[in-house]
Parts: sequence; C-alpha cells; structure tokens
Amino acid sequence: MKNLNNYGYAFIAPFWIIFLIFNIYPVALTFYYSFTNYSGSGTAEVVGLANYQRLIADSYFVEAFFNTWKIWGVNFALQIVIALILAAIFSDMRVKMKGLSFFRSIFYLPNLITVSSVALLFGILLDWQHGSLNMVLMNIGLISEPINWLNEPASAQLSVSLILTWMWFGHSFIVVMAGVSGISTDFYEAALIDGANRWQTFTKITLPLLKPILLYIMITSLIGGLQLFDLPMLLTDGIGSPDGSLNTMVLYLYNQAFKYNNYGYAAAVAYGLFIITIIFSAIVFKSMYGNERKQARRV
Amino acid sequence: MMDRTEIENNVTPEQLSKRTLVPQAPKPKKRRSIIKGVIYALLILTAIICFIPFLMMLVNATRSNDAILTGFTLIPGTALLENYRTMMEYVNIWNGFKNSLIISVLVTLLTGYFSALTAYGFAFYNFKGKNFLFVFMLVMMMVPGQLGLIGFYELCKNLGILDTFIPLIIPAIASPFVVFFLRQYIQTTLHPSLIEAARIDGASELRIFHTVAIPIMMPAVATMSIFTFIGSWNNYIVPLVVLFSPEKYTLPVLMGFLKGSQVAQNLGSMYLGIAISVVPIMIAFLFLSKYIVNSISAGAVKE
Repeated sequence: MKNLNNYGYAFIAPFWIIFLIFNIYPVALTFYYSFTNYSGSGTAEVVGLANYQRLIADSYFVEAFFNTWKIWGVNFALQIVIALILAAIFSDMRVKMKGLSFFRSIFYLPNLITVSSVALLFGILLDWQHGSLNMVLMNIGLISEPINWLNEPASAQLSVSLILTWMWFGHSFIVVMAGVSGISTDFYEAALIDGANRWQTFTKITLPLLKPILLYIMITSLIGGLQLFDLPMLLTDGIGSPDGSLNTMVLYLYNQAFKYNNYGYAAAVAYGLFIITIIFSAIVFKSMYGNERKQARRV
Repeated sequence: MMDRTEIENNVTPEQLSKRTLVPQAPKPKKRRSIIKGVIYALLILTAIICFIPFLMMLVNATRSNDAILTGFTLIPGTALLENYRTMMEYVNIWNGFKNSLIISVLVTLLTGYFSALTAYGFAFYNFKGKNFLFVFMLVMMMVPGQLGLIGFYELCKNLGILDTFIPLIIPAIASPFVVFFLRQYIQTTLHPSLIEAARIDGASELRIFHTVAIPIMMPAVATMSIFTFIGSWNNYIVPLVVLFSPEKYTLPVLMGFLKGSQVAQNLGSMYLGIAISVVPIMIAFLFLSKYIVNSISAGAVKE
C-alpha cells in the first residue's frame, strides 16, 4: 500500500505557498528595510541601527505612543465597565430581565459597521457649527454653546475614545455574557442561601470566575487598540490634528511610508509597534495570572 | 480550623442564632417592579444612544444641505433624489459597492475552501515536520497585519499587481486563524474510521475530502465565513495602500474619497453616501444577528 501520508503535504501546500509569499516574505522584507534608508525607489543602503535610534528619540513617535494609549485606555475602561454592568443586570437571578437577545443585537450593531463609514458619519455629526449633535444638545438644553469636539486636543481624543466605546461595548458585553452563562448556577444559589448581597456575589463569584474571559477581551482589545488607524485617519484627513493629538502609531507609520517615502524608517516604526504590543500583552497576561500564582503560594 | 470562605468568615455565632442568614423574605412586589422599570428605561436609553447616530444619518440623508445647516429634526425631508443625483455626479458609490462585494465574496470562498483543506491535511495525515509547521503557523497568527505592510507593498510593486484586486484576494488562501479553528473542530467531529471506510470503498484522497470532510466541517466554515466576510468588507488600510484608481476603490476607501471630493460641500449627499454604505449591512444583520452573536460567544469561550 502506498504511503498516504504524503498527501498531507499536498493538502497544506497551497496554504504554505501563499503564506510564504504574502505573509512571511513581507514581514521579513520589512525587517530588512528597518535597517536601511530605503525610500521607495533606488537601492536600499544598510544603515545599521540608525532607524531604531531615531525611533527612540523621535518625539512624534513617543507622542503617538501616548496618544494611542490614552485613546485606547479611556475607551477600554468605559467599555468594560458598561459591559460588566449590563452582564450583572442580565445575569441576576432575582430580577430576571427579559429581552436579552434584543438588547444584545442593538448594542452590537455599531460594531458591524465599516469603521470608515463610522468615521465619516461622526466627522459630520460632530461638526462644530453644522453638526447635528451640537444642534440636538442645544435644543434639549444640555449645552448653550456649540462644543468644538474635534478642535481641542483633549476633547478630540475623548471623542475618539467615546466613538470606540460606542463601537465596542456591545461586543464586550456579548463575550462577558458568554462567560457568565458558563458559570454554574450552583455558585449563585449557594451565595443566595449564605445571604450574600448582590455586590458580594458579583465581586466574589462572578469577577474571579470571569478572569480568563476578561483577559481575552483585554488582550484582543489592546492589540486592536494599538493598531488604531481608520478613525483618526479619516477624521483628520491623515494629519492627526488638532495639535497632533490624534496622531496614532499606525497613522504615523502610514504617513512615514506612503506620504514621506521614508520606507526604512517606517519599517522600524512597524517593528517598534510590534515589540510594544508584545511587551504589553505579556504584562497584561502576567499581571492577571502572576497574582494568582502568588496567592496560591500563600495558601 | 477548616477552610472557610470569606463570606463564612464574616458570620458571627450571634448572627447564626438570629435569623439574618435565612434568605430574606421576598421584597414587596411593587418595589421590585419599580426597580425593574428603571432598569428597563436605562437599557432602552442605551439602545437609543446606540441607534441615534444611524437615525440622524437616515433622516439627514433625505434633507437638503440648507435644511441640515439650520437645525436638526426627526422629520424626513424631501431632498432624497436631489442628494442622490449630486452624489452620483462626483462619486459612483455603487461601483465601490460592486468592488467590495466581488473582493469579499472571493475572499470568503477562498478562505473557506483552502482553510478547510489545510485543516484537514493537518488533522488526518502524519508527515514529517507537521507539528513544527502548525506551531509556526500559530506564532505567525500573533503577528499584527501592519508589521509586513511595507514589505507587502514592495512585493506587490515588484510583482506588478499594484492597483489590481489580486493583493486583496489571493492572500486569503492563507488564513492561519481559520485553519486553527477548523482543525480543532474537525478533530472532534470527524472520526478517522469514516475516512478509512471511504478509502476501502476506493475513493481518492481529494474525493474523501470533498464528500466526507467538507459536509461535516460546514457549520464551522459558515461561522468563520461570516467573520471573514465582515473583515474583508471593512478592510481599509490594505486597499488604501494598493489601489490608486478611483474606479477600483472598495467601499471603505471610497468613503475617504467621498470626504475629499466635491460631495463634501453638500451634507445631505454625504449622509446619503454613508447611509448607502451602512444600510445593507444593517439589513443583513437583521437576519443574521442571532447567528453572529452566537458565533462571537462560541469563539470567546473556546479560546
């Protein structure tokens, strides 16, 4: 009988051919460029670590780094708190809320819309003088003067954070809910019999058991957040204004490469971003599971 | 002392002797229903906040530029056709729609078929280097898309496929995450004896894959296809980098083009353009929402 196992190579061959050409090769080529002064045409001259030295000292990149973190951080804090409150409401055995699937769908809807459409929509809704949002807020008397949302660094960053929250809290809610429904009701019944109140039940049972799910949300959100591009790109026509406050790391990468033709330097930005992502994912992972090990040792 | 939970530690013997630990008598019905009413009101308010930007978009799409500049009302205007004509004069949005649809459908088909093929190869054959290749694939899965962007652009330039759909479609053949997901799925659902039986019946290996494995994998492929389609439909940075001719723009890139064009002078037309890009997705979601929500839940709990 012939050896059928060689068919395995044939089955995975198309994947690996395409993967090598369109995935691994570009990643390796970018790595090579990060050590050169390549400008998109002509030859690439190897310049050693110069691009990385420039990256560390580059105040625009450092600024973009902190912008990205601020925008992501505010959005994540809001998004996870809202998701947890909603999950607490819908999982409460005593209140028994109805309409879970209806609300879940509505809350998730913004996540499905193309980010570029969202950016365009909010770009004109948040317009200072002609934006419908200011008009509505003034009509119902919440504000007396139109707010220039996208023209002050702080409010521009906050606006982007809030748009991200609006887009993502429904997704986080669905994931948290999936985690909550995996917790055995025995725990809650026992807590009920022990006379635990809602807050105790939530902090002593729900939260600890949700840890893996929360970690999953945090890491995926962090990875996505550090790559924030579409919203600031389309809200600011790629400039990252006002005052560079919406200049994110990937926007900086894009501009360096495709606007200023600094391919070599942009490649270093890409690898800088990659290293940052790995470091912070590791920190998040460690801070959530490292504690557990310490506690385990104490007991 | 026996291990005690923190709740137990809080209990004193006095409390035990009294009745405080006995489950409290249910609160009066009236009070509970008031609380419930307040919570429902808050939930509905949140739902309205979720939906109001879309509502503003839909209403403003039917109003003229002047009307939008003077204020906002929920009453639809009458300028829908006019807005449409103004928009189409400068930007053919249906063209972007068509491009996005062609790319996303092909991407979804390629990803589904080749990921299933690769997953099957990994799951049911034993060959040298299998484990290494699989682990290597998982490691590469963690690499963010932007990392290779510059190299990707250079590669497309050298291959002469810039400003075509090829760099947007062909790479879909290699989707590590989908392969990973499908392999986990087929290992638990397809028993090797079924493959053996088909072999004894004289079926070729590829035929077994098509007639035995694919039908069993179909539910998982469908789940992944939804996300593949959405991901491809929403992809912005890659088409932005590789496409130059406006008639080849995908919908997300066309949105950026819309903003920089003459259409931006007419807010009603802008809103209409955005609405056209958004409404089909909303309608699709109306039918698929339960399926999508379940898929997200399943994906998160499995990991």
